[in-house]
Amino acid sequence: MKGLCIIGGLGVLAMMAEVFKFKKWLYPIVLIGVLGAYVANFIEWTQLADGQTGSFLDHVFFKFNNMIRFDNVSLAFSGVIIITAFFWFIMSNDYFSNETSVVDHFSLVLFALTGALMLTAFTNMTTLFLGIEILSIPMYVLAASKKGDVKSNEAGFKYLIMGSLASAFLLFGIALIYGATGSFDLMQIRSVISAGNLPVFFYAGVIMMLVAMLFKVSAAPFHFWAPDVYEGSPTVITALMSTVVKTAAFAAFMRLFLVTFGGVNETWGMVMAIVIALSLFISNITAASQNSVKRMLAYSSISHAAFMLMAILANAPGLTSVKVILYYSLAYSIGSIASFTVLYQVSKKGDESYHAFNGLAKRNPMIALGMLISMLSLAGIPVTAGFFAKYYVFSALIATSYKWLLILAVLTSCVGVYYYFKVIIAMYFKKPETEEPVQFELGHALLLGITAMVTLVLGLMPDLIIRML
Amino acid sequence: MLTGLLIIFPLIASLLLFVMKGEGAKKAVLGFSIIEFAMSIYAYVTFKADAASKMLYLNCTWVESLGIKFSVGLDGISLLLVLLTTFLVPLIILSSFKTTYEKPNAFYGLILLMQSALVGVFTANDGFLFYVFWELALIPIYFICLLWGGENRGKITFKFFVYTLFGSLFMLIGLIFLYNHTGEVKSWNVNDLYAAGRSLTEAQQTFVFWMMFLAFAIKMPIFPLHTWQPDTYVVAPTQGTMLLSGIMLKMGTFGLIKWLLPVVPLALAKWGGLAVTLSVIGIIYASCIAIVQKDYKRLIAYSSIAHVGLIAAGILSATQQGVQGAVIQMLSHGINVVGLFLIADILMRHTGTREIDKLGGIRNMNGQFGVLFLIIMLGSVALPLTNGFVGEFLLLTGVYQYSHMFAAIAGLSVILGAVYMLRSYQGIMLGEKKDSLGTFGSLAESDKIVLLIVCAAIIGFGVYPKPLNDLAEPAVKALLQNLK
Repeated sequence: MKGLCIIGGLGVLAMMAEVFKFKKWLYPIVLIGVLGAYVANFIEWTQLADGQTGSFLDHVFFKFNNMIRFDNVSLAFSGVIIITAFFWFIMSNDYFSNETSVVDHFSLVLFALTGALMLTAFTNMTTLFLGIEILSIPMYVLAASKKGDVKSNEAGFKYLIMGSLASAFLLFGIALIYGATGSFDLMQIRSVISAGNLPVFFYAGVIMMLVAMLFKVSAAPFHFWAPDVYEGSPTVITALMSTVVKTAAFAAFMRLFLVTFGGVNETWGMVMAIVIALSLFISNITAASQNSVKRMLAYSSISHAAFMLMAILANAPGLTSVKVILYYSLAYSIGSIASFTVLYQVSKKGDESYHAFNGLAKRNPMIALGMLISMLSLAGIPVTAGFFAKYYVFSALIATSYKWLLILAVLTSCVGVYYYFKVIIAMYFKKPETEEPVQFELGHALLLGITAMVTLVLGLMPDLIIRML
Repeated sequence: MLTGLLIIFPLIASLLLFVMKGEGAKKAVLGFSIIEFAMSIYAYVTFKADAASKMLYLNCTWVESLGIKFSVGLDGISLLLVLLTTFLVPLIILSSFKTTYEKPNAFYGLILLMQSALVGVFTANDGFLFYVFWELALIPIYFICLLWGGENRGKITFKFFVYTLFGSLFMLIGLIFLYNHTGEVKSWNVNDLYAAGRSLTEAQQTFVFWMMFLAFAIKMPIFPLHTWQPDTYVVAPTQGTMLLSGIMLKMGTFGLIKWLLPVVPLALAKWGGLAVTLSVIGIIYASCIAIVQKDYKRLIAYSSIAHVGLIAAGILSATQQGVQGAVIQMLSHGINVVGLFLIADILMRHTGTREIDKLGGIRNMNGQFGVLFLIIMLGSVALPLTNGFVGEFLLLTGVYQYSHMFAAIAGLSVILGAVYMLRSYQGIMLGEKKDSLGTFGSLAESDKIVLLIVCAAIIGFGVYPKPLNDLAEPAVKALLQNLK
């Protein structure tokens, strides 16, 4: 709760900067503020400890008429989102250097973060919808924020149209469920489900909500907006989209489908299995044939989304699925931030293809090492965080009846190795165009070092995160 | 404790090497590798004194939520393979002294990193740990081949990496399946996995058998999964090839012995025949191709496939002699093949070519080299009184007990092996010197030392293989108990 309030407050503060003329101070203020929000979140989490695992029915944590709930799970996810955002702010410092629109950028990002945090903690359909909208609408604007660039405008427009369509599905689904169960509150819906005897249109509502959420996480066949939007947006916004937005969407997905709709597994189980299979297949095959690293990362994020969906599908007993998604989203976000940091600097001259990475190992050996570790993590090689993330998903899935998905996941992992290693080969094997090193600020280099270390530490001691819940 | 040290020490040494400057790298890495060998001799002594000594085992929790323990230990077979690894790495490093590599500290650092992972594979007593070390061994060799290899190495090493990774992922699925069947309290411990495997139905065991066999068959390699091997061996730098064929391929055969044979006895009884057939086909196929090879390095690569086919057939026969022979032959093959690849490297350095057609009459220019080459070559042919003979004889005995026909076909490997080895020796060393060849010169000190040590090992273990058999026999007997 405290984290959410601080971030929201920062957003309002950012808007005031225009009026009260402290734009120059805004970047350090926001950095400190976000870090403060993380600390507040962490303190709140430690106060929860010892036995307060927060069963879903525990009223202790509810606020605002049972609409929002900050328990163990939501605080853990909030922590992941806020720390990713902190790293993101460090990474994108020159996105905020343009004098005329810096205030807009800050406030939009901070409001999007607020929406994301709401999505980790909702217990009411209204809050779910609010969270999704507050998260998405600033993102539509941010996607189009490279003024004068046709691709950016196209990206923003596509995102707006598709996202609004998804929100429409969501609303319709919510309405149908309200009609069937008589309540917006997740707990009441859950008890109505367990009572049984639901009208047919309830199931239609569940599927519509599923479709809407799949849109948001860009799973196939609802993924067609993702590559164009990811490619057209400014690189830092793409980084934000593929880390924070995905984590928040999965936190929402999880709470909705594992807890609320857990009882109607048969309805959405097979649909999700087919969606996962399609996503794995389409995303990996297409990513392998991309020439632009940015687009490759976009398609590969669809593949990672499919893995996280597998964790939800597995519906493992206890909090296992939740832990898997937490760990996976952390490993994936850290790896993504690292790779986008390097991509952002390396492709400054406008060349976003693999050739931009040629010979990076000779020009900037330390940067290449950081990129190497993040690529290994995303590909799922031991001892990086990404390996254990994939392993957790495999071991959750093998106990279900969806073993064929497991084989498909393994095969597509191999394809994934191919396109991630293309970057590694370019860095270490190909001859560089120029001999001079790429300009890297100290902040970015430090960020890369920290992400590399976190990846390796999580890869050696995954219990640090798994034990959190 | 000691085993853990054997794994950690090369790892730390490699990190030191990465940050070191280039000049002292060669001496430093040689020093580190000799210390590691000394430690493994100490482990041997400790093991001989008391096989169950606490010093040799390490068992601590790693990832508690998944039941994964960092559990390593030594038994007869793993000790022999660890000794092989720590014995070969100093020789491999010494063989590189005459070649100047760019960024030597990174090169040697990667070799030590690989040694660490290899020792880990051979000593892991926890299924997940085995998998992690298996994968980890792949990364240093990938970079060694990518950064210091020959032409066209990008594609070839990548094919090698993805092919092997593909197999390992299936092995992971097999291991996870076994883990899920270890009972109420799930465990990754190797003995629990054995019990889990034996408790499965035949269909389930078949599933696990093929998942795991795929990984090992790709690693060794066994026909028809061998297509990555010749190109990779040729394109890798000499030390890379030595690591690959000397030690890394033993990972596959070791996996067969420790992680496949005792786990799925029913599936082995049903499908072992098919696997042995593939191995034996591989022997004949690879030997025939080796006979027509022009490049000597490629010839040795194919001969490696042939030798491994026989080792695999011996293991899959699941007899005492077969498995024991396999262990002995693993050691012999490792030593011999390192010697052979060094000879290929010497030929390249002194004459500029490895093509047998362009070479000839070198024995007249350097008699020492001729003798050393002859001894190593005869060891590879498995002449009695060489180490190759000990292993091969036991293997053929084992395969004979399994099936007379397969033994006859496998026995052809000895004849075919003699054909390509003797023919190539004749083409390179004997006969008239070709005009295009310059002078051969004398051997460098470092090369001479390595070749002498290899020859000594060949003759020494050929005449007195008792220490090896003493270690292998009880371990193999204990392992085969699991099959009853």
